[in-house]
Amino acid sequence: MRILSLAGRRLAASIPTLILILIGVFLLLQFAPGDTVDAMMAQMGGGDAATAKELRKFYGLDLSIPAQLGNYLWRLVRLDLGFSSIYGKPVASVILERLPPTILLMTASLSFAFFFGLVFGVIAARGVNRWPDTLISTLGLIFYATPSFWFGLMAIVVFSVYLQWLPPGGFEDIGVVRTGIWRALDIASHLVLPTLTLGLIFLAIYLRIMRASMLEVLNLDYVRTARAKGLDETHVVTRHVLRNALLPMVTLIGLQAGTMLGGSVVVESVFSLPGLGRLAYESVVQRDLNTLLGIVFVSALLVITVNFIVDLIYARLDPRITAEG
Amino acid sequence: MDAVKRYFRSPAAVAGLILLLIVIAMAISAGWFYPRDPLALAGRPLVWPFSNPRFLLGTDNSGRDIAAQIFYGARISLLIGGVATAIAILIGILVGAFAGYYGGWVDNVLMRITEAFQTLPNFVLLLVLVAVFGSTLTTVTIAVGVVSWPAPARLTRAEFLSLRNREFVQAGRTLGMKNIQLIFGEILPNALPPVIVYASVVMAVAILLESALAFLRLSDPNVASWGNLIGLGRDVLRVQWYVSAIPGIAILVTVLAVSLVGQGLNDALNPRLKGR
Repeated sequence: MRILSLAGRRLAASIPTLILILIGVFLLLQFAPGDTVDAMMAQMGGGDAATAKELRKFYGLDLSIPAQLGNYLWRLVRLDLGFSSIYGKPVASVILERLPPTILLMTASLSFAFFFGLVFGVIAARGVNRWPDTLISTLGLIFYATPSFWFGLMAIVVFSVYLQWLPPGGFEDIGVVRTGIWRALDIASHLVLPTLTLGLIFLAIYLRIMRASMLEVLNLDYVRTARAKGLDETHVVTRHVLRNALLPMVTLIGLQAGTMLGGSVVVESVFSLPGLGRLAYESVVQRDLNTLLGIVFVSALLVITVNFIVDLIYARLDPRITAEG
Repeated sequence: MDAVKRYFRSPAAVAGLILLLIVIAMAISAGWFYPRDPLALAGRPLVWPFSNPRFLLGTDNSGRDIAAQIFYGARISLLIGGVATAIAILIGILVGAFAGYYGGWVDNVLMRITEAFQTLPNFVLLLVLVAVFGSTLTTVTIAVGVVSWPAPARLTRAEFLSLRNREFVQAGRTLGMKNIQLIFGEILPNALPPVIVYASVVMAVAILLESALAFLRLSDPNVASWGNLIGLGRDVLRVQWYVSAIPGIAILVTVLAVSLVGQGLNDALNPRLKGR
């Protein structure tokens, strides 16, 4: 219960941040050339000034900016994100449709990066300054410097064009109707390359942090005690070192959540995945500002949620957090 | 002097410095090797690299020299990376210094704003800024700088928190120095080294952000940038993959060089932490 109340307090503290973001971006978008009505008129193929005025009045765009902001925030409380004139649907349902691929992609990439970052970090730390460490650290540096979209394109060339092992893009094969396990496998095969592409830079970051944190913990007194008790090395590492060395990794998940969401904009565009990131890109290109603002809201919400979960995991890994007042 | 010696003892740091100098040399010599406009048509489209001595790295979809675009692209990447980093570090230092020095409600307000910037994915914010202010070289550079300042701000704040009650600051205060004098004259010079080292991380990320934006065709289309070229090459990826591959390697090498130099500086300035 203590864990929940602590994490809950952190969650409550993020509400002002969320409101600050919304007000900031809302005011920022007021500077954008053209509003929703302009976009709608362009979609309709033009129209006269009277219609435009009528529409502005209908959407409340003739009000003063503070009044519009108040209206927007009030509608948000009721989870109404407004209407997307480009998609002809409420923004909330457009975003909801696009959310699953992004969440799937982010979860997969995070698991990939976390798992292999952990494994490689441990291997590098165990053989510090010998060849496995040098090799892994060098690869980490190169992965960190690789632009994700470029890696994605090259992966398409190798695995989809030449080897023809994996599909070059899309979320699932729309030519064939599949159900159940076959559909899941189909989606998984479409997500292999995007997951690797998005996860690569985080793999580099995680392995570097894991290596550093392993090296730090391995030198602590309690590890020497564990060894002196006669425990074998595997036992020392898995039971004693890993648990403490994992703490910075878990913190990093929360810190990197936003970066990962940003990265999925690019990766989803490379692999034409119908996700939130691609929606963000499309709404910029199509000047669908209502949708863009909705995406800002949902992505901030996602980051806050990830941080809430991270707080819970952290408290579970480190009992000191709940023990202290 | 010790730090310089330590820097040159690390092979990785020296390699990074050499790579960075090569990229800088490319940026400087671009106009000398390729006096013509790099975006002007130069020959037949889609000439493979090393097949025609006139175009060492081949030509792109519309017959523009790839090598020339790589050389001029070095200018754009270093320019955007450098200026955006300067903007981010400047904002970061100001915000972090005031928050850390004054504490209390100033700290509270500034940290809330920093948190807001960190909660919003920086690439999404970048998209919003480009949607609002357009995508010229200037707006893109400023936008990349504006999304990158929170981390340096937190770093500066942490340094200020640990320094603000040291004896030398208290001595300055009893001498009757003003707050501004204490912040910028006394504390900042001591807080600066880790922030300067961190600038290399900011610059690496700034170069990657700009290239990603250019790849999505949301950056300035009228300059020869590596990201633009990768975006163009995407249309002919299936066969002429080299159009995308070559500028990607240029980005990789530049970002790698900047990170290696940053890491080398870090190890040289904090020898205690070496190997971490």
